Amino acid sequence: MKGRISRSLWLGAALTLAFVGAALLSFVWTPHDFAAMDIPNKLQPPSAVHWFGTDHFGRDIFSMVMVGARTSIAVALVAVGIGMALGVPLGLAAAARSGGLLDEVIMRANDLVFAFPALLIAILITAVFGASAVNAIIAIGIFNIPVFARLTRGGALSLWKREYILAARVSGKGAARISFEHILPNIANLLIVQGTIQFSLGILAEAGLSYVGLGAQPPTPSWGRMLADAQTLIGLAPHIAIFPGLAIVFTVLGLNLMGDGLRDLLDPRLRRART
Amino acid sequence: MSLLAIENLSLAIHGAPILRDVSFTVDEGQIVGVIGESGSGKSMTALSVMGLLPAGAQARGKVIFEGRDLLAASEAELCALRGAGIGMVFQEPMTALNPVQTIGAQVAETVLIHGAGSRAEAMARAREVLNRVGLPAERFPLSRYPHELSGGQRQRVVIAMAIALRPRLLIADEPTTALDVTTQAQILRLLKRLVAEDGMGLLLITHDLGVVADMADEMVIMKAGEVVERGAGQGFFARMQHPYTRALFEASSHVPERTAQVEERPLLEVRNVSRDYALARTALFAPARRFRAVDGVSFEIRRGESLGLVGESGCGKSTLTRAILGLEEVQEGEILIDGQPVFSGHRVNLAVRRKMQVVFQDPYGSFNPRWKVARLVAEPFHLLGARPPDWRERVGAALESVGLEAADMEKYIHEFSGGQRQRIAIARALILRPELIILDEAVSALDVSIRAQILDLLADLSERFGLTYLFISHDLSVVRAITDRVLVMRAGRIVEEGPTDEVFAKPQHAYTKTLIEAAPELPQVAAQ
Repeated sequence: MKGRISRSLWLGAALTLAFVGAALLSFVWTPHDFAAMDIPNKLQPPSAVHWFGTDHFGRDIFSMVMVGARTSIAVALVAVGIGMALGVPLGLAAAARSGGLLDEVIMRANDLVFAFPALLIAILITAVFGASAVNAIIAIGIFNIPVFARLTRGGALSLWKREYILAARVSGKGAARISFEHILPNIANLLIVQGTIQFSLGILAEAGLSYVGLGAQPPTPSWGRMLADAQTLIGLAPHIAIFPGLAIVFTVLGLNLMGDGLRDLLDPRLRRART
Repeated sequence: MSLLAIENLSLAIHGAPILRDVSFTVDEGQIVGVIGESGSGKSMTALSVMGLLPAGAQARGKVIFEGRDLLAASEAELCALRGAGIGMVFQEPMTALNPVQTIGAQVAETVLIHGAGSRAEAMARAREVLNRVGLPAERFPLSRYPHELSGGQRQRVVIAMAIALRPRLLIADEPTTALDVTTQAQILRLLKRLVAEDGMGLLLITHDLGVVADMADEMVIMKAGEVVERGAGQGFFARMQHPYTRALFEASSHVPERTAQVEERPLLEVRNVSRDYALARTALFAPARRFRAVDGVSFEIRRGESLGLVGESGCGKSTLTRAILGLEEVQEGEILIDGQPVFSGHRVNLAVRRKMQVVFQDPYGSFNPRWKVARLVAEPFHLLGARPPDWRERVGAALESVGLEAADMEKYIHEFSGGQRQRIAIARALILRPELIILDEAVSALDVSIRAQILDLLADLSERFGLTYLFISHDLSVVRAITDRVLVMRAGRIVEEGPTDEVFAKPQHAYTKTLIEAAPELPQVAAQ
């Protein structure tokens, strides 16, 4: 039953791995201390000493991008985790009580969250509770909940009509047990694919929040804030904007390619359509 | 010269042989029945004629339609032919129509694609064809959508699309398999009439000998990609020679041997049961309308008895099944098993539930694809609270009692064929040693030879374990073969009840008579 691993999946996985590897490596080694300022050597172009050059404080951009990957991963991972941990059970519950009051309440609450532009609410949350990485995580996490709740409900609803679910009910199993034993394993592939895509969206959202100064606070490096800092100097030293920008582009691209590739691999309907 | 001549057609898909040396002909005005079980290659033969083979298919031989070899024809030539020279009717009327287009537009599309007239002319032609297939303008305007029609009416639309340009050849692949018996009889009559009126050839593909028995001018029996027997339709069964044809014939009318020991004590009692469903509101504050799916139904099954419940789709038999199984509560009446109610208060009575199990129709949808057979078969142990310590032995024993091996419990469900899966479903139903087993169309999706085996197995199990069956089906021949008593259900009510032989020999209610008349029947053949 194994489909062929597509080229986009290879490329996506390689990019993702490179980015995760850089983040892990930054715990033990970076070419320079990412926080060390060296004002005389500010705004150096890329060179053998500073691979990506230095910023307006003379900090090594390559090291900052590596450590920034850490922030991005942490925020996006926890945010997707929050979305899955709350969204999937809500979606399962809604599907189990499809058409009932619980379903209505859950899905209308979802619509409510969906109705607001995600970034706007994130800004509101961080504005009220203060700008920090934790608040950014919570803000991004909240917007992942309805995405997973909807996806789960949709997948579960079609499974609830299967005869093996009826057979389980005849065996006296309740809705919760059926949801976890029968439904969840059969929609796991949907969730993995969506998780990958939400992860990339989480990285974009974190960069966006940091860009407006509502994400991780200095001195913790963050790609979004590096871009913001570079804004006024872009004419003078374009490399300080280009490298964090490329980091965002390539990780998001990698995660999206991986998500697409996984979908092709795991979704039997698409697989059949391609052969 | 024949209209269609298939000569030594061989087909392989990605190297795997599908068809071998298939040859037969269809003449103008002739009905040729192609009969075979799943995997016999009957549908692939039809697709070869249409030039609609899947990717990777390699065909050899000749398919000559009106003097032209279709296997050598280009895609453009085939496109011009499809719909105009050759029409096709598919099995599933639910998916063969586009749900967002009106029926008029869909029938007219065939005309427009072949450039056989302007839009107005195409619509006029659509109207005319729909009239011909029995969908008159006053009740079925062109602006109707498929969801507003019943299954039989949709199949009429599909037929209208196929014959809109008066093709010389019509291919119908299992055109009535998804339909109720009475609708099936109507559609078959319609096809017969159209063949007679237009003088077109009809290639009728089916797994059901009964469907073609009194209709086909020529019969072609296929097995594993080969034609095993051909002959004139009239008196075909009296002359049949090939052992496979005979086996197919016998399996179609197979009656398992049963020696039922029926006790007087009722096992299941259904008393005045009614079940309503709320329909969608027509306006925001309008009171919700209600639909009565089951209306005051009463019956009982005695211990050891095998009771049939017959009815067409939408008659309420599925609702009744779910109520008996305790999956849904009823609004009125009560259901007792061994004198105990299925529902006490609003809770399901677990002690009662242990006494019954169910086998469903679809051998492919009845199992969680990610579980091993052992876990699947052991699922009803949940009713006991926990799996008993010897559960694996008991799963093994259950598998053996349905003719599989205990070692099969380590496999996944996709490793089994449809018939084997249905055996596993029966093993799952047997694992708790229930007293009542509800068979909900349990053999309807199976090939006739497999169906005969499963019926034998059911008869054998009922004897060995003293089982009581409630056999729910739309297939009269099956109900006739395996039940002692039969209930006929229509629009939520039981319209007739009695011993199976009596009901079939002397139906009292008008509806029962219609059902029995509509059921396709095989001719009686003296034992040879």
